[in-house]
Amino acid sequence: MKKKVLEVKNLRINFKTYAGVVQAVRGVNFELYEGETLAIVGESGSGKSVTSNALMKLIPQPPGIYADGQILFNGKDIIPLSEKEMMRVRGNDIAMIFQDPMTALNPTMRIGLQITEVILKHKKVSTRDEAKQRAIQLLDQVGIPYPEKRFRAYPHELSGGMRQRVVIAIALAADPKLLIADEPTTALDVTIQAQILELMKEIQKKSNTSIIFITHDLGVVANIADRVAVMYAGQIVEYGTVNDIFYNPKHPYTWGLLGSMPDLDNDADELLRAIPGSPPNLISPPKGDAFASRNEFALAIDFEKEPPMFKVSDTHYAKTWLLHPDAPKIPLPESVARRIEGYQKEANNNGQ
Amino acid sequence: MAQNDPNLEKISPDMFKVVGGRFNETEQLSQKQVSFWKEVFYRFSQNKLALIGLVILFIIMGMAIVVPFVSQYSYDQNVGLYNTAPSAAHWFGTDDLARDMFVRVWEGARISLFIGLTAAAIDLVIGVLWGCIAGLSGGRVDNIMMRIADVLTAVPYLLVVIILLVVMEQGLIPLIIALSITGWVGMARIVRSEVLSIKNQEYVLASRTLGANKWHLIKRHLIPNAMGAIIVTMTLTIPSAIFTESFLSYLGLGVQAPMASWGTMASEGFKALTSAPWRLIFPAVFISLTIFAFNAVGDGLRDALDPKLRK
Amino acid sequence: MANKILEVKGLKQHFGTKKAPIKAIDGISFEVYEGETLGLVGESGCGKSTTGRSIIRLYDITEGEILFKGKNINEYKSRKDALQFNREMQMIFQDPYASLNPRMTAGEIIAEAFDIHGLYKKKAERREKIGSLLEAVGLNREHANRYAHEFSGGQRQRIGIARALSLDPSFIIADEPISALDVSIQAQVVNLLKQLQKERGLTYLFIAHDLSMVKYISDRIAVMYRGRIVELGDADEIYNHPIHPYTKSLLSAVPQPNPEFERTRVRIPYKHEEVPAGAKVIEARPKHFVLATDEQLKSWLKND
Repeated sequence: MKKKVLEVKNLRINFKTYAGVVQAVRGVNFELYEGETLAIVGESGSGKSVTSNALMKLIPQPPGIYADGQILFNGKDIIPLSEKEMMRVRGNDIAMIFQDPMTALNPTMRIGLQITEVILKHKKVSTRDEAKQRAIQLLDQVGIPYPEKRFRAYPHELSGGMRQRVVIAIALAADPKLLIADEPTTALDVTIQAQILELMKEIQKKSNTSIIFITHDLGVVANIADRVAVMYAGQIVEYGTVNDIFYNPKHPYTWGLLGSMPDLDNDADELLRAIPGSPPNLISPPKGDAFASRNEFALAIDFEKEPPMFKVSDTHYAKTWLLHPDAPKIPLPESVARRIEGYQKEANNNGQ
Repeated sequence: MAQNDPNLEKISPDMFKVVGGRFNETEQLSQKQVSFWKEVFYRFSQNKLALIGLVILFIIMGMAIVVPFVSQYSYDQNVGLYNTAPSAAHWFGTDDLARDMFVRVWEGARISLFIGLTAAAIDLVIGVLWGCIAGLSGGRVDNIMMRIADVLTAVPYLLVVIILLVVMEQGLIPLIIALSITGWVGMARIVRSEVLSIKNQEYVLASRTLGANKWHLIKRHLIPNAMGAIIVTMTLTIPSAIFTESFLSYLGLGVQAPMASWGTMASEGFKALTSAPWRLIFPAVFISLTIFAFNAVGDGLRDALDPKLRK
Repeated sequence: MANKILEVKGLKQHFGTKKAPIKAIDGISFEVYEGETLGLVGESGCGKSTTGRSIIRLYDITEGEILFKGKNINEYKSRKDALQFNREMQMIFQDPYASLNPRMTAGEIIAEAFDIHGLYKKKAERREKIGSLLEAVGLNREHANRYAHEFSGGQRQRIGIARALSLDPSFIIADEPISALDVSIQAQVVNLLKQLQKERGLTYLFIAHDLSMVKYISDRIAVMYRGRIVELGDADEIYNHPIHPYTKSLLSAVPQPNPEFERTRVRIPYKHEEVPAGAKVIEARPKHFVLATDEQLKSWLKND
């Protein structure tokens, strides 16, 4: 049985703003095991970035407030930890890779120094020289050519993809058990993105690191995730293995996301099934199911009561009234069903 | 992880009817219509010092307008009492020509403020236009325009002023010209730097693709978006102009008697420092207060307009 | 055979100095036919945005000829001609946050063109026109009085589209219009663009780096790499029979929302090759063009 690295229980995070209190995260639950990758998928405003920042207690307080819940890292709740204690956790146990490689690196510091700084701070080695050796090793591991030379380079001398690799090297420098990647490839070209994803999978295999990968690109999720949490309006609305989510989605929002992605096999004459409208205002979240007003399959009860999490299988859960035993059986929208059929046929053809 | 709750309360079957989404609600914007300037005013009003400065300015300007009208004395009237200390009849005392100091201070306020505001206004117009044209044109035009500005600041200021005042007769207009002649350079530099960053924004490019010419860009995009920097610079140029005028007047290069600005009054008052100190104290205090108030308001505006503090 | 609305011949765009030029675009030629969507695809730095901005005359071109509706764009010299040009060709920009003036309301943004061209001077007429444009892009008439920052990214992009439509152009260059949006919002905007094209008979030059979305909206596709067009053809043809190794590499790198497929997909890396001197545009398959020498083409087709 794999070890549980992270458990988040009923996390609630609010922000006090000029316009009112924003309920950014409204009761999020998930687990992460050793050596696996959990993808958190959602649009802007879904709360995915706030959740990931909260895991490292990077939310500025004020205006942020940890209103409720627990974040158990290796069984210990980190919410009550002081800033000083958190500093030991950050980098050492949990590390973060940010979205924009241009601003994640200090432009006035050589990249080698930015790595050794982390190593020395967490006292992973005892001398400067050892730190330098380890840093060069890391640069090599993340695929930077001529690492001994590049050790002395400044960030602006490197391309976007290279910089992101340096960011990953810094994140790995103190051997964290959990890596949080917040849209690390969104700003990169597709070929560089593919390289970075391959790199992360390699690292995971070698060091058995757990990864939380935040993105809004379902293709990337299919590539890298073992399990997926779909977030909407501050809550997880569907949760399961990557096969559960892509081949057997149960929440209308997930259907919407899958339907709005063009497929390389897509027929260009049919319109994409876009989800109409915009996500709701989280200062006053709507009554009932937050997705109801954009949901063509909404039930009357969706506008009255918030649905609980229904179990689909041991690994698969969805927060929708459609899974209630008394609810009508709504089939998958045609375009999504057709696409899944196509995938499965292809898989059979390739003898899987 | 939440599971299927076997104790799920009984829900009536018609709750499970498919009703679909409420799509016209989904494009709603939040109700609070927040205009940019309202937000700025709100932030400004949180800054105590800036509010105090604003109040002081209102009081001084109010007095400057009202007092010379309602006072029973005029500023050059002989009241019969020479060099008397402040009293009930003459709140700021009298000077060596038996003139009431109180009405003179507020008459002087009119002059000083008028000079300061006019000089700053001229600087504003010249500086903004110069900065916009230079920044937007780029290349050689920009180069030439900014080198002219550099040259003007390189020449010793006092020298320029003195030469000007020798060539033209001393008086209000020449003084204002003298003050404006190099004052616009600071504004021009600031506006140019704003324009340089704004002109590459996509909304300016979009305007160009719509067919906008230079003046349209300046009027609708560059100036409105540089307005923050412009206003702040203005509120800091005004006290600078007032101070410089006081300084020049103190040196005897300013307005001529019987007109008096705070600077000339301070100059005369200095001569009688030991015998009638109130003749220096009052103008000096008001010069300082006015300058402080403008600076406080300017600082407050700069903070209130800072885009990084937004959201 | 549809008319050519745009012809680009030998376009070169060099920045920097004469001695050390940055060759953003190094000799590209293509046509766009009336009513179609030509997708221009490539990674950052390949010159695709520069191409769009050169065509719409935001930049002066270094070399080459651009013909719009048969007339060289440099001939639209006088103010009247220039305004005419602007009325026919418009642009949609990438960044929904930077492409709208934060000091203007949605209505003012859309109506800016009317001020510049002296159209719809009467208040009621103008309000009506603004309202109809807002509705055409799926927003409400009441939104005209709101400021740009009150809208979401997808809504802002729609305001940008309404602005581009305000002069009733026939040709629109969309410069990465969806790259900065969430995937589900991208679908909304793309559907809107397709619908508007059908309703108004528009022609699009769609610049993007997202290959799956480009394939979805384009009739033909041109693949750009380091300032050259390396492959051009019908959308289906390019995706099903890519010939140039860069195109193949690009397609193999796109992740698909299909976990089983992703587990087994092998990416084809591309090794940079300078374009050899003898390379020319060859019609390798019907209406499918590749930039190559004869030997290169032979070896690429053999490896297929």
